[in-house]
Amino acid sequence: MTAAATPATSPATAGERPGVRLARSRRNAELSLLLLAMALVAAYGAMVEANVLDTITPSFWVPAAALTAVFLGMHLVIRFLAPFADPALLPAVALLNGLGVGFLHRLDLARAAPEERADLATFAGVGGRQLAWTLISVILAAVLLAVMRDHRSISRYAYTLGLAGIVLVMLPAVLPASISEINGAKLWVRIGSFSIQPGEFAKLALLVFFAYYLVRKREVLSLASHRFLGIDFPRGRDLGPVLVVWVISLLVLVFEKDLGTSLLYFGMFVATVYIATERVSWLLIGLVLFFGGAYLAYVLGEAVGGPFANFYLRAQIWLDPFDKPYDDGYQLVQGLLALGTGGLFGTGPGGGQPLLLPEVQNDFIFAGLGEEIGLFGLSALLVIYLLIVERGLRAALAVRDSFGKLLAGGLAFTLALQVFVIVGGISKLIPLTGQTTPFLSAGGSSLMANWLLIAVLLRVSDAGRRPVTGAGGKVNRPAGGPPEQLHGAPTEVIKP
Amino acid sequence: MNAPLRRVGVVVIVLFGLLFANLNWIQAYKADEYRTSDYNGRVQVAKYDRKRGNIEAGGTAVAVSKETDGELKYLRSYPGGAKYAHVLGYEPVNGAATGLERSENDFLAGTSDQLIVNRLRDMVTGDRTAGGNVLLTLSGRAQDTAYDELRNNNRGATKGAAIAIDPRTGAVQALVSMPSFDPNPLASHNTNEASAEYNKLEQNAGRPLRNRALAEVLPPGSTFKIVVAAAALENGIGKDTNIPAGSSYTPPTSGEAITNAVPSICPQSQVTLMKAVTDSCNTGFAKLGVQLGPDVIKEKARQFGFEQEDLTVGRLGEGGQAVEASRTGTMENPDGGADPAALAQSSIGQRDVRMTPLEGAMIAATVANNGSQMRPYLVRQLLAPDRTTVYDTADPRELRRPISGQVAADLRDMMVSVVENGTGRSAQINGYTVGGKTGTAQSAPDRADHGWFIGFALDSGGNPVSAVCVVLEEAGSGGSAEAARIAGQIMRAAIADPGGR
Repeated sequence: MTAAATPATSPATAGERPGVRLARSRRNAELSLLLLAMALVAAYGAMVEANVLDTITPSFWVPAAALTAVFLGMHLVIRFLAPFADPALLPAVALLNGLGVGFLHRLDLARAAPEERADLATFAGVGGRQLAWTLISVILAAVLLAVMRDHRSISRYAYTLGLAGIVLVMLPAVLPASISEINGAKLWVRIGSFSIQPGEFAKLALLVFFAYYLVRKREVLSLASHRFLGIDFPRGRDLGPVLVVWVISLLVLVFEKDLGTSLLYFGMFVATVYIATERVSWLLIGLVLFFGGAYLAYVLGEAVGGPFANFYLRAQIWLDPFDKPYDDGYQLVQGLLALGTGGLFGTGPGGGQPLLLPEVQNDFIFAGLGEEIGLFGLSALLVIYLLIVERGLRAALAVRDSFGKLLAGGLAFTLALQVFVIVGGISKLIPLTGQTTPFLSAGGSSLMANWLLIAVLLRVSDAGRRPVTGAGGKVNRPAGGPPEQLHGAPTEVIKP
Repeated sequence: MNAPLRRVGVVVIVLFGLLFANLNWIQAYKADEYRTSDYNGRVQVAKYDRKRGNIEAGGTAVAVSKETDGELKYLRSYPGGAKYAHVLGYEPVNGAATGLERSENDFLAGTSDQLIVNRLRDMVTGDRTAGGNVLLTLSGRAQDTAYDELRNNNRGATKGAAIAIDPRTGAVQALVSMPSFDPNPLASHNTNEASAEYNKLEQNAGRPLRNRALAEVLPPGSTFKIVVAAAALENGIGKDTNIPAGSSYTPPTSGEAITNAVPSICPQSQVTLMKAVTDSCNTGFAKLGVQLGPDVIKEKARQFGFEQEDLTVGRLGEGGQAVEASRTGTMENPDGGADPAALAQSSIGQRDVRMTPLEGAMIAATVANNGSQMRPYLVRQLLAPDRTTVYDTADPRELRRPISGQVAADLRDMMVSVVENGTGRSAQINGYTVGGKTGTAQSAPDRADHGWFIGFALDSGGNPVSAVCVVLEEAGSGGSAEAARIAGQIMRAAIADPGGR
């Protein structure tokens, strides 16, 4: 809870001197990195056309240019609304998003008849739709930046968001399967041809609630404890909320038939509890609960089937996907074959056979990319994800208030966990579950939710990197700001 | 809170490290395995980039690749339809190929080591290397006749097979299995249609995908008497020696009497071996078998090719379609001594004796070719993609020599007598000497008998020109006579158009 991240050299009057602030805000670095990312996206588009069409059309740069316009708009918004935000976040996310659009456009080319390919409109098909979603998502992120001038202000809506989060999580489970089930996982709400994944937004809402709740409870959770085997364990009564979340994640596992979402929520919660309390015991409890629960679900799935059968089946596929290569194991087998075919260098953008992969625009987009850009390309993508996550964690380190730390740390870890769950799933590291690949997969829900997540990280990083000004400076301090309130809370919770 | 945040950062790096390590495992260590996996459709797509070679029979292409506009650049098609299906097999987009498409795949696909010079040359000139061409031994007319006559047999049999070989070389002149199937839908680029068609054929009770000529084993009935007669001739019995016969014979230890097909056959107590073969005397051969003993009969059958498990028909020395082993079964008691009842029934081709149509044709061919059994083959020549270079020409080779020339001559006389005076008259061909042996095999009490005919044709100089086996499953009485008629037609066609060799 120190302000160590703020260099001591900053003059107290920096707030009055735009020139000095701009030099430290690193917005120009962001701009050049963004242009570099967009140049890569344009080059990717050109290579796809060269491989698929045997020629590069004069309009190959149009999708990249459209994306550049969108992201430049975001850059300008950041420049004015969050001038001290981390400069690496936007270019990194823009690169992933751009490559996602490029790959989806590449899928459209593959799906089109050969003679129609050259005339395929830039804004048609899945790629075009993703481009539109990108525009909408970035606008939403910009609006969030504009509305939320201080990240602490959303803590006021913590309980509302928490309730909304739980409703969003449980919604697909209680809706009939005809509305909520796609490919065996009940994660959707479908209205006509339009479908959204409420879980994608739920994770944001829940995290805000977790952060708020834990900041209030952190003292009691971290101080009141029994010591056992050299580790401090929390009191039984304090375990209540943890157990509630655990039960909810297991219900998600069973009724939404989705291990990934369950793992995501629970991991997100355990991580924030750990960050808040600094107690390793919470991690142990969380891991034991989750793996114990998953093992129990596996055993029950084998013994009684019913709602656990899906989980048991997925675990079986994970253990030996080649057992039924054309049946249950088909998706995973095809994913592995695509990755293996790509090898170290890949077949080159546009040179692979991504349409042989089921769900290549959603769950298996990483495998589809892996065939064409190879191990080296995928490693680069992983590094970009890692960069975003570590930048998020750095924002958490730098920001001064507990709520901001928990929020940014939790969001960054959630993003990392989601990448781990889906990439680990398609590469047979863990049982495969249907998660979207952040910023790459086709679909508006995932893209919007993840851009909102980035907007929050940008806002927190802006707060962390903003120089401390003297009294009456430009730092926003809402009347009766949450940190003071939160710190005053402990007395009311020690008593049961 | 900063310490746990930093530790979370480390955890994230560990998680991503696991992802990275796992991707290395898949994309580097296991890459080759996955790249060439049977389940990997990309292998198939790459395969269709290159024009697959023709398979040709008698100067006509019976399997060709046509250029298409689709993702898969060439479509495999079979102009002969169902007629050549069991010889060629088919080359599906997904799943395993069968027949010659499978066994000659390397050469047809152009990936054979033999074609490396072509590939290197095309690499320089930039051409896409096409696959090599495979030329078959089949006689177009014999194949037509076998296919048409089998389908239009007057017994209404729906299952059966016919195979004709050149006794001097082993070159297959005709090979038909009934019912057949059209391989074209199975090679369709629409894999859903192809697999639907496959499932339909797979579930068909007539099992059309099965190559009955090579893979079906049935009780051979009286055709097996040729093997027993050969054993007798080698054990001091001449073709004019009298052997015990009679209207009925009940082997010791068994209450089941063996009779003849009609009472007029060999009712007398003694007939010559020649007469016993000509009229297909069951009692005579049952007694002969009991007299010779199980070891002699089984050994003779083994010398003719029974029990061979590794025979293939395709390219000589280079594999091909597997041939099911023909079996003599058990003729002994559990204590090892002869079981006269089993022996008697086995000697007339019943009990546990099982034979493929190919084995029947090979027995007839051996007799016709002076006791020398040639190894059967289908591939006559491999031709380069540009049709200029010949890579491999079949060099006929003797598989084994089951009988001496003298025994073969005696058997020939007996078999010729069958067609001229006995049960096989409908196989006669003007200007040629035809020999053969009919067989009527009981399969199950509630099913009609199988009708068999094995035979050969000699030209006026005594040279063998064709040997045939025809079987009509569950054809009932008269089935063997119809089989003999069809065999005669096939041999006549093979004489007119001997095919390649």
